[in-house]
Amino acid sequence: MGLFEAILLSVIAASTPLLLAASGELVVERSGVLNLGIEGMMIMGAACGFAAAYFTGSITIGAIAGAAAGAGTSAIFALLTLGLAVNQVAAGLALTIFGIGLSGLIGANFVGERIEQAPHLYIPVLTDIPVVGKILFGEDAFVYLSILLVIGIWWFLYRTRAGLILRAVGDNHASAHALGYPVLKIRALAVLFGGACAGLGGAYLPLAYTPFFVPGMTAGRGWIALALVVFSSWKPGRIVIGAYLFGAVTILQLHTQALGLGIPSQLMSSLPYLATVIVLVLISRVRSSTAGSTAPASLGMVFVPDR
Amino acid sequence: MHIALERRAERSATIAIASPLIAIALTLVTMAILFAILGKNPITALGVYFLEPLSDVHSLSEIAVKATPLVMIAVGLALCYIANVWNIGAEGQFLIGAVCGSWIAVKTQGTDAGVWVLPAMLVAGAVGGALYALIPAFCKVRFGASEILTSLMLVYVAELILDYLVRGPWRDPNGFNFPTTAEFDSVATVPTLFADERLHAGSVIALIVVMIATVLLGRTIMGFEIRVVGAAPRAARFAGFDSDRLVIVTFLISGALAGLAGIIEVAGPVGHLQPGISPGYGFTAIIVAFLGRLNPVGILVAGLFLALTFIGGENAQISMKVPLDLTKVFQGILLFYVLACDSLILYRFRLVTSRAGAAHGSV
Repeated sequence: MGLFEAILLSVIAASTPLLLAASGELVVERSGVLNLGIEGMMIMGAACGFAAAYFTGSITIGAIAGAAAGAGTSAIFALLTLGLAVNQVAAGLALTIFGIGLSGLIGANFVGERIEQAPHLYIPVLTDIPVVGKILFGEDAFVYLSILLVIGIWWFLYRTRAGLILRAVGDNHASAHALGYPVLKIRALAVLFGGACAGLGGAYLPLAYTPFFVPGMTAGRGWIALALVVFSSWKPGRIVIGAYLFGAVTILQLHTQALGLGIPSQLMSSLPYLATVIVLVLISRVRSSTAGSTAPASLGMVFVPDR
Repeated sequence: MHIALERRAERSATIAIASPLIAIALTLVTMAILFAILGKNPITALGVYFLEPLSDVHSLSEIAVKATPLVMIAVGLALCYIANVWNIGAEGQFLIGAVCGSWIAVKTQGTDAGVWVLPAMLVAGAVGGALYALIPAFCKVRFGASEILTSLMLVYVAELILDYLVRGPWRDPNGFNFPTTAEFDSVATVPTLFADERLHAGSVIALIVVMIATVLLGRTIMGFEIRVVGAAPRAARFAGFDSDRLVIVTFLISGALAGLAGIIEVAGPVGHLQPGISPGYGFTAIIVAFLGRLNPVGILVAGLFLALTFIGGENAQISMKVPLDLTKVFQGILLFYVLACDSLILYRFRLVTSRAGAAHGSV
């Protein structure tokens, strides 16, 4: 296996959790809700996913448990912001603090334990094609799932009536309500879906990326996923590009550290975070100089239906 | 039939006072259930968590030590949040303040520098924190980049900067390769208030900060602008208030306070610069700000309460083998309840019968 192939494989692995979490959040934000708690939902998915896989020996059950944990955590957020009209920024922060704490509590019993990693696809002949074989036909199931998820979200948002209604709710909740659409119910479903995606993205880390669980192992990926949604201008296709770019930055810094060029390792480790800031600045600047904001018009606003 | 929210004609003054207390009561009940799940006696555990730290002078002093950074950071954050500016990177500004102040301590180490060292460190800490906070504020005002994400990303960068310095250029040559600077000289140390206790002059500074912030918010034009921009941005625009300037100003103030808290923590209770100087003060301060109702005096009380949970959590870890992460769970739950109860100041529940609901096409 060549170095180039190895790098591409690791880029894809590093990108997949970001892609899963960010595409879920894209749907949430398209419905007009800003859930800043991705980091908390991801780490809950990681802890519960690892615990379930450890006890059952099944990666599938682990993945389902991770998604369920993410959705369950997001249900608290939905209850607060949709049921009780709480400020979404504050509730999202609370969700992150809570998720990091509870996942540490759950995961404390599993620190140091190892599990079997998610198996990679193997199709004779196809997987053996040089260079591209392993990349196209030798990934783990999460990678294929993440791509299918983005395609599914694109199809849902732009090709179905339900997707149209969801976008309408996100762009003008008062009008959507006046037309008789159940704004809060649609948003609650979107939040739960986003939570499941974030939980799955978090579960990817201990199930397929590293074979163990470490408290706080999401290391800011939830926040980077939020930045990716902004980067994508709320369009599913661009989320893939963004996620793979960030995966590439993560891997680039690992490889440069290994080369030992005399650059402080801390500088390289800070690259993904600095890149996020720079990308946010560039994207926001381009947007303000061209067509104006592409964000859903009701994003982050509280909605309380009147009589 | 279901329950829906309804906006109150005017905000409920009773609930405004009662809501933090209700939130704390609900949190305690939830904690009791959690303790029971963990197989601990809830009554004993709550006692260890919330009462034992209040029973002796040493613990009380420790609570004040922990509350000092929380209160200072939270006062700054409250100014931001009132103006609807979302600085959530106080943890990073705290660390950079600690780094900038420590720079003077490290450079004057072993020299016969005089009593100016500590004041210079405090100024450097505040300036460093403020400048670090200026980055997300500038990106927001100039380019429209979300200050929530940029300020948070810079927390990770600040951790790495601190890590680089104490492992590289500033490492104590006699420190057995531990990532830490040498102990600061006595002129570079915040004096303690009583012999044998860690309570230090920084707590007095925190009290002064609370007083100044109370005056600033309640008695000055700037405080008025901050409140109007947050509560009614359209009205503020018509009044000619410059919201961009307020983003910069609130970020600068909160960054300076976080930075000052950082250098006080390092020059006070810790005594040297090392990674892990903060058990998440910058994030816990967000909870303190909300629990204190974004009011400086309320923040003082809330800061003491959350400091109590840090000490109680450490005690419970030692005496009852309760995991330390339980403190974070507790803090998250507390913030959930505070936000939920605050909602009832503006809204009340209304019972919707299924017929009325159907007629209006709601769920």
